[in-house]
Amino acid sequence: MAALPRRRSLVLRHAVATPAAEPGGAATAADALAETGRPPGGGWRSHLGSIVFLAPAAIWLAVIVGYPLVESIRDSFYDNSSTSFVGLANYRTVFSTADILVTFRNNVIWVVVAPFLLTFLGLVFAVLTERIRWATAFKTVVFMPIAFSMTASGLVWNSIMNIDPHIGMVNATMETVSDWFSPPGLYPVDTSAGQSVASLAATGLRAGPGGTLESRALVSPGSTALLGMIGISPETLQLVGAQKAETPSAAAGAVSGLVWRDFSPSHPTARGQVLPDEDGIAGLSLSLVSSTGSSVGTTQTDAHGDFRFTGVSAGSYRVEVASGNFSSGFTGIYWLSGTQSITPTSGLNQTAQALLSIPLVDMSMIIAYLWIWAGFAMVIIGAGLAAINREVLEAARIDGATEWQTFRRVTMPMLAPVLIVVFVTMIINVLKIFDIIINMAPSVSQANTLATELYNVGFASSPPANGIASAIAVILFLLVVPVIYINLRRIR
Amino acid sequence: MSAVQTVSQPMALRARRIAIRFRPTRMVLNVILGLIAIFWLVPTVSLLVISLRPASSFGVSGWWTVFTAPTQLTLQNYRSLFSTGLATGGILDSVVTTALITVPATILVTVIASLAAYSLVFGRWRGRSAVFMVIVGLLVVPVQIALIPVAQLYDAFGHLSGFNPYGTLPGVIIFHVAFGLPFGIFLMRNFYTGIPKDLLEAGRIDGAGEWTLFRRVVLPLGLPAAASLAIFQFIWVWNDLLVGLVFLGGNPHHTLTIYLYSFTRTLANDYWVIATGGIISILVPLIVFFSFQRYFVRGVLAGAVK
Repeated sequence: MAALPRRRSLVLRHAVATPAAEPGGAATAADALAETGRPPGGGWRSHLGSIVFLAPAAIWLAVIVGYPLVESIRDSFYDNSSTSFVGLANYRTVFSTADILVTFRNNVIWVVVAPFLLTFLGLVFAVLTERIRWATAFKTVVFMPIAFSMTASGLVWNSIMNIDPHIGMVNATMETVSDWFSPPGLYPVDTSAGQSVASLAATGLRAGPGGTLESRALVSPGSTALLGMIGISPETLQLVGAQKAETPSAAAGAVSGLVWRDFSPSHPTARGQVLPDEDGIAGLSLSLVSSTGSSVGTTQTDAHGDFRFTGVSAGSYRVEVASGNFSSGFTGIYWLSGTQSITPTSGLNQTAQALLSIPLVDMSMIIAYLWIWAGFAMVIIGAGLAAINREVLEAARIDGATEWQTFRRVTMPMLAPVLIVVFVTMIINVLKIFDIIINMAPSVSQANTLATELYNVGFASSPPANGIASAIAVILFLLVVPVIYINLRRIR
Repeated sequence: MSAVQTVSQPMALRARRIAIRFRPTRMVLNVILGLIAIFWLVPTVSLLVISLRPASSFGVSGWWTVFTAPTQLTLQNYRSLFSTGLATGGILDSVVTTALITVPATILVTVIASLAAYSLVFGRWRGRSAVFMVIVGLLVVPVQIALIPVAQLYDAFGHLSGFNPYGTLPGVIIFHVAFGLPFGIFLMRNFYTGIPKDLLEAGRIDGAGEWTLFRRVVLPLGLPAAASLAIFQFIWVWNDLLVGLVFLGGNPHHTLTIYLYSFTRTLANDYWVIATGGIISILVPLIVFFSFQRYFVRGVLAGAVK
C-alpha cells in the first residue's frame, strides 16, 4: 500500500492564501488617520464615496460590454449594413450556408474532444506528480506554454506537423521508423503523384504482378536478356554511380543480361539498341522467376547495369525487377489537411459528408491545444487534490482499500467539483477558439470555427456582413449562457 | 490497526517516505514523467533552434540535425530582424506597440477593478450582491459579441469628437480593459472579502474617508491579489491576437501576434522570421512568468471560472 506524500504543492499554498488580519494593517489605518487628520465625518459622504469607486468600472462595462451585447442582438435582426429590419433572415442564412454549418461541426468536434482529453490529461499529471520529488520542475515545464501566445504556439505546431519530413518532426520520426521496416528504393516512383511503375518499361519489359516489372520474353540458361527502361533521370543515375551500359556475354548455366536506360540524348527516338551514350541502371534488385511463379534466385545489377543468375537449371524463366526498387518510402502525412477525414464518409451525400467528416487538421490542432492548456488543468486539479483531507484517504487505506479503490471511491468524488470547473472552463475556452485555427489551418480551410468565421465575415471580407456576423456572435453568446447560469449558482 | 493510528506523526511520515523510495514502480514513473517533460519542452526548443539556424536551412534539413552539427548555429536571423531598428511594422516596433497597449491596459484594469471591488465589499450601499452577480455573469461573455458594436461605437464617437479610436492604440486598450474588468473585479472582490471589516470600521469611526481607507488599508493588504491580477492581465493582453487584429485595423504599427500572423501564409519561405519573432514575442511573458510564477498561478486558479 503506497501512500501519497503529505507534501502539498507549492501552488496550493499560495492559491489558498488569504490575507491574515495582521496587526500591521490596523496600524496603517491609524497612521493614515493621523496623517490626514480629517474630522470625524462618514455618514452620507462615505456612502457616496464608496459607490463612486464603482463608477469607472460600471461605466466602462456598460459602454463596452453591456451596450454592445444589446446592440449585437439588435444587429442580428438587421441587414448587413444595419439599416433595415430583416427578422430571422440572418439566422436562416447561418443555418443554411454550408460553409457556416461546417464551422458548427468543427465547434462540436472541439467541444466534444478537447475539454475531455484536457481534463483527463490534467488529472493524470496531477495525480502522478504527487508521487515524484521533482514535481515543481515538472509542473513548471508543462505549465510554461500558457505564458506563450496561442499564435506563437500555433505556429510552432504548424512546423512540427509540417508534411515535409525535413521540417515536420512528426513526419520525420515516422519516416525514420518507416525506413527501418521498408526502406525506399533507389528509383522511387511516387504513385500518389500519378506516376506508375509500368511507364518505366521500354524494351523487353512489361508490368508484372504487385508493382514489379518483368521481362516480356522467357529466358533460359545460356541466354542474354536486354531490358530497357525509361523515365529515370540522369541525376538519379549519377547519384547511384551508374556507368556506361555494357552488354554482357552469355554464360552456360546462367541467365545473363543488362538493364539499361534506353534513352540516348543523341538519338532520342532510338529504342531497343544499347547506344554508347546510354547508362546501365545500377543497384537494381532482380529475381528469376520460374513458370510456376516461384523465385529461383536473386541478384543485383552492377554499375554497368549487368546481371547474372548463376547455377540455373534448364527451363524457361522471367527476370523480375522487384517492386522495392520503386518504393518511394514514407512521403509524409498531411496532418494539417482540412479535407482528409479521419472517419469514413463514403456513400454519403455531399452535405452529410461535409457535416460528418472529422478533418485531420482538427485533431492536429487539438493536440497543440492540449500542449498549451494541460498545465492549466494539471495545476487546478493539483490544487484540488492537495485540498482533499488526507485523513479521509488515510482512513480508507487503514480500512484496507487498495490504492485504486481509494482513488476511485474517495479521491474522485471529492475531486469532482474541481474536474467540472476545469471541464466547463475549457468548454468556454474552446467555443471561442480562434488564434490556433488561423495560425495552423490551411488558408482555405474546412477547419473554421464560429469565432474565425465571425472574423472572416465581419472584418476580413469587404463589405463586412454585419448582420450575419452579429447572428454568429449572438449564437456564440447563447452557447455560454448555460455556463453563466452555472457560475451564478455556484457563487451563490 | 490501532497501532498504526498511535504512531507519532513524524514517524508515520518517515515510514511513508521509505515506502515511496523503495517502490519499484517509482522508477518507471520517473522515466515516464521525464519523457513527458521532454515532450513538453521540444516545441519550445525547436522554435529556439530554428531561430538560431541559417534561414536557408529550413526545409533542407530538420532543426534536430543541430545536435550532430552544432556549428550551424548563428545569430544572423536576429541581426536581420533587428537591422531595421524601430522602423514601422518591424519586430522592434511591434514589441514597442505591444508594450504600449499591454502596460496601460494592465494598470487600468488593476486600479479600476480594485476600486470597484472595494466598493462591492466595503461599500454600504444596497444592491452590492446584485451588481456582483452581474459581474459574475459577464465573466464568460465572449469578446466576439462586442467587436462589431464597439467598432461602430468608435466610428460614431469619431464623428462627434473628431477622434475615432478605431485603428488606434487607445481603441485597443479601451476594449481590453472592458473585457479584463469582470475577472479583475471578481478576483479582487474574492480577496477583499478575506480582509476583516473591523479594520475599516475602526478607521471610519476615527473619521477616515473612503479614499484614505482604500489607499492606506485595503490596497496594501490586497497587493498579492493585485499582483496576480496584473500579471494575469499582462500576459493575457500581451498574447492577444483577435482584439488587436480587429481594432488596430489599418494601423501600420502591429502587435507581436499580428506581426507573426502576417507571416503565416508564407510559412515555408519566412519561417525564420516566425521562429525568431516567436522567440522574441515569448521572451517578455516568459520573464514575467518565471519572475512571478506564484502570482501568475494564483491568478490562473482564481480565473478558473473565466
